[in-house]
Formats: sequence, structure tokens, C-alpha cells
Amino acid sequence: MQLTINGTSKDYPDSISVQQLLVQLDLAPELVVVELNRDILTPNMHADTILKTEDKIELVQFVGGG
Amino acid sequence: MLIYINENPLELNVGHKLYQLRDQHNSAADLLIVNGFPATSDLELKDGDHVVIIQRGQRPSAEELESLMMARHTPGVHKKIKCGRVGIAGAGGLGSHVAFALARVGVGQLNIADFDVVEPSNLNRQQYFVDQIGLPKVVALKENLQRINPAIKINIFQQKITPDNIANCFGDIDILVEAFDTAEQKAMLTNCFLRNFPEKILIAASGVAGYEPSNSIRTKKITDKFYLCGDGVTAAKPGCGLMAPRVGIAAHHQANTVLRLLLNESAE
Repeated sequence: MQLTINGTSKDYPDSISVQQLLVQLDLAPELVVVELNRDILTPNMHADTILKTEDKIELVQFVGGG
Repeated sequence: MLIYINENPLELNVGHKLYQLRDQHNSAADLLIVNGFPATSDLELKDGDHVVIIQRGQRPSAEELESLMMARHTPGVHKKIKCGRVGIAGAGGLGSHVAFALARVGVGQLNIADFDVVEPSNLNRQQYFVDQIGLPKVVALKENLQRINPAIKINIFQQKITPDNIANCFGDIDILVEAFDTAEQKAMLTNCFLRNFPEKILIAASGVAGYEPSNSIRTKKITDKFYLCGDGVTAAKPGCGLMAPRVGIAAHHQANTVLRLLLNESAE
């Protein structure tokens, strides 16, 4: 299925969860903000949220310092 | 015609001159600011002009101070900025600079949260002073901000921000500035705040360490309610520290984004 992540469209396995996507992309869930089709998903929602084709996802990974 | 002198409306006859007005108001005044810019010679005033008349070295009354402070603002913006209610989560390198900038421009209400005290390693980049070492940061920062602009309302919260106290600290503000140090705290606040307050705006920072080029710091609009300032990648870690200039650049990206949003301008 096609997912658009941070503006770039790519092919991903069908029915993967947000949690599985983050594993694939090597992103730590506690450092990431996930927005799915303009909705913010908090980390406790990652496992139960199954992605569908043409979903639009924004991923922001924070780094430390301030 | 109607002009504004030190923010107060005044009816004048057409043809009234600036120096004439100065002599009527305070002939010792030596700084005349017309529509946000210092006037260097006499000129004919026009309907709607904003004139501020200042005598250098003289301390104004509390009521007059605010209008004199804002004399170099672009005319007409002060009222909008004064209505702004802004939260600052973290009073370190980012938060203390953001707070200074927003206090100077006259944002009406600041809610500032931080659990820590001022210690010597803060002074390389944070807006504190040697004699404030040991004070809670929120107490020291409030003291410093009141010395800059006594006309703004400052609410302080000396506590560590968790999902449970975000509403208490930031429930009554319109725009929140994320100014934490650790990536975990940044992500936690962003997730909880955007999820629980979908009508409010969050301006976060990520990638502000070191002395990488100034121009690699950017403001990025992620969504209508979520902005991110920084280079996105340069983390504070062993071998890469945090220093006043670059942290300050990112903080002022955040502060300018606040200002632009308060003035209904697009932030990017």
C-alpha cells in the first residue's frame, strides 16, 4: 500500500500498525510525534492504529538540547 | 484631524507641526518618534499619526512607561500583542530567551513552568545572573522580566511538566512554546498538548546545539497548529554542547513565530 510520509509517497506492507512503521523506520516512539491524517496519535495509540493505503503521516523526531 | 500622542488621542488642526506639539507637551523632550521611527527634523503632522515624545534620562510614570516602551513598534500592533496569552514550557536556554523577547514586545500574559534552580552551567546561554544562582528559575526569570516590562502579567509554575499538570499550567493560554532540554520531554509535551488542546498552537524546537551555521536554523510549519524551529538534527550530546548564540537564534525563531501568529501573519 502507498503511504505518504513527510510529503514523500512510498510502498509499505499492507495493514501495518504505526508501531510497526516506527520500528521499520528505526524511530524511538518516546521521541516521536506522529500525525496521521491531521490527527495527533499519542504513543499509547501506536500499537492499535492500523494504517491504510493513501494515509498521510507526518513524523517528527525530537533531538535533545535547549 | 486626530493623532495619537503617547497612545492618547488628540484632536489637532490641519497643518500642526511636530515641534509645535513637542513644545506644548514637553519642551525639554529630545526624542520624537513618529509612526515607529525617530524624527530628525520638524514635519507637518498627518491624520492618524502616532507620535511619542520622550525626554532622555527621565523616568516616566508607570502608566506612561508602556506607551513609551512600544514607541519603536510598528504602529497599531501593540494592542494585538497585548491581548496575547502565551505559555513557555521550560525556562532554560530557549525559554528564558523567548520570555525576554516576548516581555520586551509586550505580550500581555506569560505562563512559565520550570522545576529547576539556576546553576553556574546555565549562565553560558540562559538569561540569568551570577547573583541568581540557587534561585528557582521561574522566580529569577519573573524578577528579570518585571525589570524589563512591569505592565505584563506573569504566572509561574515551579513544577516538572507531566501529562497531568499541562492543563493546569497552560489551560488558559492560546500559544505554547516548547522550550525543554530533553527529547523525551519535548515529545511528551507536544503529543499531550496537541492531542488535548486541538484548538491551541504549539511552537517546538529541535536541533539547536553546537555552533553549526546560523542559517541552518529554520521555522517549519508541520500543521496549522504545530510549528518546529531548529535544524531538526543537531542534538546536544557528549562532544556537542549548547551555547548562547545558536540556542538564542532558535529561541528567537520561536518568539518571532509567536509574534507573527499573534498578528495574524503566516509563520513561514
